[in-house]
Amino acid sequence: MRPLRRKPPRVGDSPQTRIALMAFVLFFVALLVLAPLAVIFVQAFSRGMEAYGAAIAHPDTRHAIFLTVVTALIAVPVNTAFGVAAAWAITKFDFWGRRFLLVVIEIPFSISPIVAGVAYLFVYGLQGLFGPALEAADVKILFALPGIVLASMFVTAPFVARELIPLMQAQGRDLEEAATSLGASGWRTFMSVTLPNIRWALLYGVVLCNARVMGEFGAVSVVSGNIRGQTNTLPLHIELLYHDYQTAGAFAAASILTVLAVFTIIAKVLLEKRGAGRAGRPVLTPPGTAATEPLA
Amino acid sequence: MKIYLDNVVKTFDTFRAVRGVTLEVESGELVALLGPSGSGKTTLLRMVAGLEYVDGGTIRFGDQDATDIPVRDRGVGFVFQHYALFPHMTVGENIAFGLDVSKTQRTRAEIAERVELLLRLVRLEGLGERFPAQISGGQRQRVALARALAVDPKVLLLDEPFGALDANVRRELRRWLRGIHEALGITTLFVTHDQEEALDLADRVVILNEGKIVQQGTPEEVCRAPNSAFVTKFLGDANRLEGTIANGRALVGGAELPASGLADGAAEIFVRPADLGWSVSGGGISATITRVIDRPDGRRLLARLDDGTSVELDVPSDTLARAEDKGAVQIKRASVFRLG
Amino acid sequence: MRHRVLPGLPLSLGITLFYVSLIVVLPLGALIFKAASLGPEDYWRIVSSARALASYRVTVLAAFVATAFNLVFGLALAWVLVRYQFPGRRLLDAIVDLPFALPTAVAGIALTTLFAPSGWFGAALAPLGITVAYTPLGIMVAMAFTSLPFIVRTVQPVLEDLDPALEEAAQSLGGSDLTIFRKVILPQLTPALLAGVSLAFARCLGEFGAIIFIAGNQPMETEITALLAFIRLEEYDYQAAAAIASVLLITAFVMLAVTNILQARALRYTMRTA
Repeated sequence: MRPLRRKPPRVGDSPQTRIALMAFVLFFVALLVLAPLAVIFVQAFSRGMEAYGAAIAHPDTRHAIFLTVVTALIAVPVNTAFGVAAAWAITKFDFWGRRFLLVVIEIPFSISPIVAGVAYLFVYGLQGLFGPALEAADVKILFALPGIVLASMFVTAPFVARELIPLMQAQGRDLEEAATSLGASGWRTFMSVTLPNIRWALLYGVVLCNARVMGEFGAVSVVSGNIRGQTNTLPLHIELLYHDYQTAGAFAAASILTVLAVFTIIAKVLLEKRGAGRAGRPVLTPPGTAATEPLA
Repeated sequence: MKIYLDNVVKTFDTFRAVRGVTLEVESGELVALLGPSGSGKTTLLRMVAGLEYVDGGTIRFGDQDATDIPVRDRGVGFVFQHYALFPHMTVGENIAFGLDVSKTQRTRAEIAERVELLLRLVRLEGLGERFPAQISGGQRQRVALARALAVDPKVLLLDEPFGALDANVRRELRRWLRGIHEALGITTLFVTHDQEEALDLADRVVILNEGKIVQQGTPEEVCRAPNSAFVTKFLGDANRLEGTIANGRALVGGAELPASGLADGAAEIFVRPADLGWSVSGGGISATITRVIDRPDGRRLLARLDDGTSVELDVPSDTLARAEDKGAVQIKRASVFRLG
Repeated sequence: MRHRVLPGLPLSLGITLFYVSLIVVLPLGALIFKAASLGPEDYWRIVSSARALASYRVTVLAAFVATAFNLVFGLALAWVLVRYQFPGRRLLDAIVDLPFALPTAVAGIALTTLFAPSGWFGAALAPLGITVAYTPLGIMVAMAFTSLPFIVRTVQPVLEDLDPALEEAAQSLGGSDLTIFRKVILPQLTPALLAGVSLAFARCLGEFGAIIFIAGNQPMETEITALLAFIRLEEYDYQAAAAIASVLLITAFVMLAVTNILQARALRYTMRTA
C-alpha cells in the first residue's frame, strides 16, 4: 500500500492527534475569542441601526472620541520620537549604564496600569510632589488632558523602542559608519541610511502604541477624574454607559474601538509580512526584550 | 543485510531529484554515494532510511519489501550531517535513547552496560556525563554514530558524516570509521561530495549526477577507467584538451593517442597533471610555461599550449623550469571521449 | 578625549534620559517615596490587612489558574498553528492577537455580557450549576483572555525553529509519537514555555480593565488587588493607595527579574547541534 501523503509523518501528525488538538483549540478559540467579538456587535445593534447611530452621535460619546483621538495625536508622536532617540543611543553607541537603561525603558510593560495612574497622582496631584505648585499656578494636569496624555505616555513608553532596538542591534553600525566616513551629518545619516531600513518596524511600533493609547483604561481611570463629557476617554465612557445600564450604547462605543482593534491586527499582519515584529525578531530574544506585549 | 533499490524515483514539486536509481548493496559492504550537490544522493539515502517516501520503485532489505515501512520500524541507524544530538541530554542519555524507547524491555543495568560498551567502541570512555555543547565536533560525530549503533541496526546510513569538520579531523575519523566497519561488518551506505573521502573509505563507489547513477565500481575501477567526461572531471584534477578522432586514433596538438572503439569526429581528451611530462628538447605539444608553483612534494607548471589551451602538469621538484620557457608537453596517459 | 565615531549621542541620549526620567522614573519614584513615608508599622498594617490579604489571595489564585490553563491551551494553539496546515490557519494566527489589540474595557464588558446569567454562555452553564460572572471563575476567564497571546507568541518561534533532524533521529531510533514529544520536543520548548508562563502570570497579576466588570468586586471574595488600590484612592485614603500600589509595583519588579532570568536561560540553553 503506497502511502498517499508524500512525506513521512512527523511527530503529532496522526489523524487522531490532529483531530483532538484541533477540536480542543477551536472550541476554546470560539469560546474565548470569537464569542466576545461577536457579542460586541450583536449588543451594539440590539436596538437597531437608529439607536446605534444615535448612541455614537451623542455629544458625550463624540467628545470621548475626540479626547481619545487628541490624546493619541499627542502621545504617539512624542513616544515615537523618544523611541527613535532611545534606539539610536542604545544601539549605535556603547556607554556605561546602557543595559540598565534598557531595563528601565522596559519597566512600564510589567507594571499594572493602576500603579501607573497612582504614581502619576503622586507627582501631579494635590498630595503629590508638584501638586501645590501647580495649584498655585492654576495649571491643571490631573483631571484634564495633560494628565491623560502623560499617563498614556508612561504606559506606552517602551512600545516603539522595543520594536526598533532588536532590529537596529542586529543591523549593526556598518552602514552608519560608512555614511559618516563619507561626510554625512548625523541627521542625514539617520534619514538616508537608518530610517529606510527600520521603517516597517517603526510603523509597527507606532501602530501598537496607538492601539494601546486609545484603549488604555486603568491608568487613565485614575488620572482623569471621570467627568462625563469632559475628561472621559472612549474606554472610560464605555464604562460609564455600561454602569448606567445603557448597554447598547456602551457596546456601540465599544464597537468603534473593536473596529480599531481589527484594523490594528490587519496592520500588524501586513507589517509582519515585511519583516516587522516577531517575524523579524531573532528566535531567542535577549533578556529584557520580551517577544510579546500587552496592549490595554 | 542486503539492500536492493529498484528503479527508485523521487520528485519534489517539479524537481526530479532521483530519476530511476537501481542499486544493490551486498551485506556488509561499505558503499559511498558520491556526487555534486543536487545529484540526489542525500535524497536517496533518506529514502533508504524512510525519512522520505519513494514516488516510484521499491526498496528491499533482504527479502522484505521496506518501501512503505515507517522509519521507526525499519531498523536503520542514521547519522545526520549535523549530528542531531539531543542538546538537553548527556552523551550517555543520547546513546541510550534508542534503547530507552525500544519495545524490548531492558533493565537499567543492561542499558548502562551497553552504553559503556559503545562509548568504548567510539573511544569516548568517561565522557558519558558531558553534554553535547561541551564536547568537540569530532566527538559529537562519534556520539551520533554510537547512538545509531546502539539499536543494532541492520543498515547504517551516514549523511555527509564528516562534512562539518576540519580537514585533519576528517582524515582521522575516516580511518577510524573504516576500522569500526571492519570490526562490526554492518552494511553501510554513506553520502559525500568529497571524492577523496569516497575513494579512501568505500568498498564501492557509486557516482551520481542529476538523479541518476553515472558510474559505479571499486575505487580503482572508477579512477582508472572513468566512463565519461563527467566522472573524469569530478574525480580529481584533469586537464581538458580538444582534438579529433580518426581511424581509432585521437589527434591533439600534434600528439597521437589510442582511441579504439570511438567513432570519428570531435573529441575531448582528459589528462591528469601527473600524466603530463615536460621536455625542453623532446617531442610533444609545444607550449610555453606561464607560471611555476612550488609545493612540498613537487612542482606544478602552468603552461599555455600553442593553440591557447592552458594546462597544469606535475613534475619533480628539481625540474629546470621558469616562466617564459618554451618546451613541449608530453601526454603519458589520457582518457578520450567523443564530444557532442 | 575619545571621540565617538557616529554622531548624535549627546542629543539622542539627552532626549532619552530626559524622557525616561520625567515619564517613568519620576512617577515611580514619587510612588515609592510616598509608600516609604508611611513608616514600617503603618505600611505593614495596611498591606497585611484582612481585605488586602484576601485581595492577594483572589488575584494570585486566579492568575495561577488562568496561567495554568493558558499553558496547555497556548501550547496546543502554537502546535496547531506551526505544525498543521488547514484552511483559515492564517486567520487563526491573526485572531490570537485579538486580546492584545482589544482595549481591556471592551473585553471586560463583552466577557461579562457573555457569562452573565442571561448571557449566551452564562445561561448555558447555569443548569450545570456553574456560575462564572461575579465569581472568582469570572476573574480567571478574564485573565485567561488577556494573557492568552503571551504563551502562544513565546512558544511559536521556538516551535518553528525546532531542528527537524532531532525528531527524525528520535524516530529512527524507534520512539513513539508521545515518547518523542515528551523526551525530545518538550524539553526543547521548556525554556520558552517557562518564559511565556512568567510573562502571562505577570500580566494576569496586573490586569484591571478586563476584570472589574466580570468580577463582581466583592471585598474579600472577588476583589483584585489593583481594584483595592483604586478604591482606596476614591476614598481619599492616599496612604493606603500608595501602600497597596507599592505591593503591585514590587511584585511587578520581581516578575520582571524572574522573566529576564528565564529568558536568559532560554537563550543559553538551546544549542544548534552543528
